[in-house]
Amino acid sequence: MAQRLSYLKETPSQTAGPYVHIGLTPQVAGVEGVYPEDPGLAIAGPEAKGQRIRIEGRIFDGQGDILRDALVELWQADAAGIYKSPNDPRAESCDPAVLGWGRAATDLKTGVFAFDTVKPGPVPGPGQSIMAPHVSLWIVARGINLGLATRMYFPDEEAANAADPILGKVLPPARRETLIASAEQSDAAALRYRFEIRLQGEDETVFFDC
Amino acid sequence: MRNSIPEQGGLFPRDRDWHPPARAPGYKSSVLRSPSKPLVAFDSTLSELTGPVFGQDSLGPLDNDLLRNYAKDGEPIGPRILVQGKLQDEDGHPLRGALVEIWQANAGGRYRHANEKYIAALDPNFGGCGRTLTDDEGRYVFRTVMPGPYPWPNGPNDWRPAHIHFSLFGPAFGQRLITQMYFEGDPHIPLCPIVKTIADPEAIARLVAPLDMNATQPMDCRAYRFDMVLRGQRQTPFENRTEGL
Repeated sequence: MAQRLSYLKETPSQTAGPYVHIGLTPQVAGVEGVYPEDPGLAIAGPEAKGQRIRIEGRIFDGQGDILRDALVELWQADAAGIYKSPNDPRAESCDPAVLGWGRAATDLKTGVFAFDTVKPGPVPGPGQSIMAPHVSLWIVARGINLGLATRMYFPDEEAANAADPILGKVLPPARRETLIASAEQSDAAALRYRFEIRLQGEDETVFFDC
Repeated sequence: MRNSIPEQGGLFPRDRDWHPPARAPGYKSSVLRSPSKPLVAFDSTLSELTGPVFGQDSLGPLDNDLLRNYAKDGEPIGPRILVQGKLQDEDGHPLRGALVEIWQANAGGRYRHANEKYIAALDPNFGGCGRTLTDDEGRYVFRTVMPGPYPWPNGPNDWRPAHIHFSLFGPAFGQRLITQMYFEGDPHIPLCPIVKTIADPEAIARLVAPLDMNATQPMDCRAYRFDMVLRGQRQTPFENRTEGL
């Protein structure tokens, strides 16, 4: 016998279910008037520094059907690669116009989720490494028992992506492609990217335990 | 760009035998929505150790009072309850200023949602969502009605136990968690395919809120107690990396 360690254990996860929108994006569910607006729409205000971008995507299940009842959250650094969080030691110099957090339901009809934000800068990684610009994504839905963590990287950052310590852990290297968005026809307002997420199958998106 | 961030310890790894597995065939929706390749593991980086901060200014005064926050011309029907508890990390530190969001069905087991078709009646005075920030001791409280059980398409005759969905933020985005709270004594708990995605009975017990008579308000509403824990963060008491490596 030995002394007992006093750590608590994390609360077990349960699925967000099909009605996640009631709590997290009530206006999508049709619950009007409780909150002034759905949380997570303002990731980067109009004053934010950096390149405006729009990310759009869909989530596919194991038989190629589009999820229309999912919810995606995004977390990112500002254009200088600084997070607006007390856990970033550089937070004092972060861009005050960037919250860095977003939340989007997949459209109840089309299944498309979208984020309007600015492109994040590179972020310090483990040791002396630098992580390529990326956004962290977290996906919940009916049938997902524990939220899925992934990242979206940018197609126009080839050199930075090649040196990214997290992409470097993904093997075989061909699977890294599942984490890199594709560039779309852009407009004056923003560079546009598409990021499709596949929960199963040959092109299954890489998900992280981190 | 030079990396000049001091080394921080990662989050405690998740015990994936304690959480439900991605694929749990008794819960049919999980079969096609569960990744089948191994997760790629790495120690948390700055991207997982940081997370959004929510201020009191983003909340309204009735946000945690589901008896009032949607009411049109009266109070919702159903047993009045308080749900309260504290939020800590695995090291036992209280999590202060953490955003807690909930959603639930009404007392008849009906959700107010565009996709919901169950025959039970909507309650014109009940929306079913609430949110709050934990106080300096990591405590939160909601006032609401007891949700009803409801049938759902899975097996031929599956019913969900009465439950409230909880969404939790810690200071690190890697602590993000969604779970469900059940009510002590509900006979549907051991029958539910979603509850049974969790293998360990001790883990299931952690989701069952007991009646708390000491917090119950006489002649007003009963109280249930639901404490929750998010991942802890490893400390790094010694610097290990030699400059330049």
